[in-house]
Amino acid sequence: MTVAASGPLLETEGLTRRFGGLTAVDHVDFQLFPGEIRALIGPNGAGKTTFVGLLSGRIPPSEGRVRFGGEDVTRLPAHARMARGMAYTFQITSVFANLSLFDNVALAVQRRLARGEGLEAETMAALDRVGLAGRARQTAGDLSYGHQRLLEIAMGLAQRPRLLILDEPTQGLSDGEIEGFKALVRDVAAEATVLLIEHNMDVVMSLATRITVLDMGARLAEGDPAAIHADAAVQRAYLGG
Amino acid sequence: MTGAAKPVGLHALVLAILLALHFVLPDYHHGVLARVLTLATFALGYNLMFGYTGLLSLGHALFFAAGLYGLGMPMQHLGWSAEVALPFGIAFAALLATGVGALALRTQGVAFMIVTLMFAQAGFLTLLYFNEFTRGDEGFVIAQEARSLFGISLADADARYIAALILFAVAMIATLILVRSPAGRVLVAIRENEERARMLGYDVARYKLLAIVASGAMCGAAGAAYGLLFGYVGATFASVQYSILPLLWVLLGGAGTVLGPLIGTAFMTYLIDLGSGLTDAYMLLAGAALVLLTLFAPAGLLGEVRKRWAGWLP
Amino acid sequence: MDFGPYLVFASLEGAVLAATLSLTALGLSLVFGVMRVVNVAHGEFFMLGAVAAWFVSALGGEALGLPAWAGFAAALVLAPAAVGALAWAADRAILARVGYDPERTIVATIGLLYILQQLTLMGYGPEARPVEPPFNARIALPWPEWGADGFAWTWPWGFGTTSYKLFVIVAAAALLMAVWAVLSRSRFGLIMRATQYDRETAQAFGIPVGKVYAWTFALGAALAAAAAVLIVPIQQAHYLMGGDPLLLSFIVVIIGGLGSLRGTVLAALLIGMSDGVISVFFSPTLAKILATLLVALVLVFRPQGLFGAKTA
Repeated sequence: MTVAASGPLLETEGLTRRFGGLTAVDHVDFQLFPGEIRALIGPNGAGKTTFVGLLSGRIPPSEGRVRFGGEDVTRLPAHARMARGMAYTFQITSVFANLSLFDNVALAVQRRLARGEGLEAETMAALDRVGLAGRARQTAGDLSYGHQRLLEIAMGLAQRPRLLILDEPTQGLSDGEIEGFKALVRDVAAEATVLLIEHNMDVVMSLATRITVLDMGARLAEGDPAAIHADAAVQRAYLGG
Repeated sequence: MTGAAKPVGLHALVLAILLALHFVLPDYHHGVLARVLTLATFALGYNLMFGYTGLLSLGHALFFAAGLYGLGMPMQHLGWSAEVALPFGIAFAALLATGVGALALRTQGVAFMIVTLMFAQAGFLTLLYFNEFTRGDEGFVIAQEARSLFGISLADADARYIAALILFAVAMIATLILVRSPAGRVLVAIRENEERARMLGYDVARYKLLAIVASGAMCGAAGAAYGLLFGYVGATFASVQYSILPLLWVLLGGAGTVLGPLIGTAFMTYLIDLGSGLTDAYMLLAGAALVLLTLFAPAGLLGEVRKRWAGWLP
Repeated sequence: MDFGPYLVFASLEGAVLAATLSLTALGLSLVFGVMRVVNVAHGEFFMLGAVAAWFVSALGGEALGLPAWAGFAAALVLAPAAVGALAWAADRAILARVGYDPERTIVATIGLLYILQQLTLMGYGPEARPVEPPFNARIALPWPEWGADGFAWTWPWGFGTTSYKLFVIVAAAALLMAVWAVLSRSRFGLIMRATQYDRETAQAFGIPVGKVYAWTFALGAALAAAAAVLIVPIQQAHYLMGGDPLLLSFIVVIIGGLGSLRGTVLAALLIGMSDGVISVFFSPTLAKILATLLVALVLVFRPQGLFGAKTA
């Protein structure tokens, strides 16, 4: 019935960011529909991280607009966008190292609970989902790197986001951990739209329902995994031909 | 939250001991401890911002003095009763904290420290400038008969101790409730990793302002109570030294612990008390303590205890 | 006295302040610029410079029977050297061990401030003591006037300065030039600038960053001490005299743009001159209130300083 339900969940128009003389993101039009697992790929320096920075509000745009759920959020600060149903997991793990796992996830949960009821149950459920419930009282900084990444994802899930942005989530994970991660993302996709920035093409090809390729700050190609795999322009961008 | 029994029990025990001390302490120490409890409330207020939110202010004398003068000036010049002047002093400190916070929070780290220092210095100099009304460095004494609350004279040593204890207990329990609440968890999250807290959807600027206002109000309450209990209002309490002392007390006792401020204040007050009997240069002890703490025990006494033995300490 | 001569007189007094302030603030600015830390004990190094100058000149005069100028010359060399050595030791013993963490360094230097100040109180006492200027001839200044008989020079009463005050201005300017030359021409200056620009890279290129920091800290303190030696024949040496130079240096460094040397000198001139002029017309307390508020507001709204270039 509403525009948001049928239209894109997230949309950008002419989104641009310049740093001095360098244009990191150059007039990108982008649409993301509810239920997708979208992968955002591109060579190093293509502007992927800047682009999601613009989406999440960490970086203000030089030009262009961002709409989320049908609402223009271009002028909204990051925290207000998160409060509207985005969640962002950092490329370099950014958990609260001195706090317990419980407190880390509780922070993600408690914002949406009006009176704090069910905080404990929901927090433990989110930890359970990534298999860390048994370590709830441990200090996050003591976890292994792989477990910290999982905690980071639990924090994303615990926010019950409409859009979950994962910035290079598999970086530094072992093969076994990556398999677990893929299952987790498929599971999440039932409730949330996922935007995934990823270098590991294996992960991208097996998870993504659709792929967007950025190169030199501009949108180079977009399509389903098979089409992107076959795209000559994408090959050139990656191989530098 | 689980595991509330141990912390609640410990803090109840501390309050019970402080009450018991009222009956057994000799006069001199009874008086010193009443002062310590009042100043420890100041330290608790400072700790809210520094210990829990991670905002290092070098200008908290401003809020203590705002409470002190907010109570003292209208009592002295307008003949207000203590019942009216006390809440006025606290409100004045909270208002000032809101203004200073709104400006200072636009900066971070070292700049924040200098901005708060400068605002406090401007406040101190303003007190000197309007020396005609404030009596400047010399200060003024609040008349003994005016120092009563609901018919109880606070000039009396027993009533003074109990009043100081009530003030401290209220501030301590408020701190305990706050830091165990969801809002308290957010403040700690901001201290630990501001950007992450923001990306979890928290309006970091609003929470920081909240911390400054709560901290300013608590420090103002300590200042107003100090005027009422000890009857002296002077510009020294607005000087840099009184911005450094709460930092020292909290660092010594343990930043981000509920009981640390009391321990730090008591320890340092007695140390300086002893030192000032020996030499005029008693602030040497404060300086040495600051350097040694920074070098060897940045977590403070209680912080070290928490690290080694008692992780459950709030 | 008319307004005109009054203004010139105030400007001359202001120039003396501006000269010593430039040196003191330059020390603070160097330390901040290279080491990225704020030294709250900077005013105490100034104070120690003045006290050391008193010791040297008193010792020279009484024990060795040296003339005033020789005692003063000795103080001008020995006091900054001694204070610099002390600062070097403080850097190794304290600052290096907290890893130059900005917040912990501030807390530690607050501690250092009290230690130095209170030790001076114990050793030197609470008295203010004068140092005899090496020369102090009065110089009366003429003022041009158009009277009924046309143009004429007059000598308004009390309008003048002393040869020593002029010497302070010249000596401070010479020292500033010397520092400038060291920073821009010498190998040490190059190493300092490299360290300031990028600590990690400097380290990777084999620059002993720890040593550079210690020497920078010593140089910063020595500059404050040198300024104090110059000013102590005009003021007096007292254990609490470090507060004002610290506040003024803060103001100068912040208004000039943190870490910008050119901005620092410009701001010192501005503050020094205007402080002289302002305190002639306003109460000094009011001037200080305005100055502290100015610093706070500059940091809030224009953190790059009034003279600093805006960086993206």
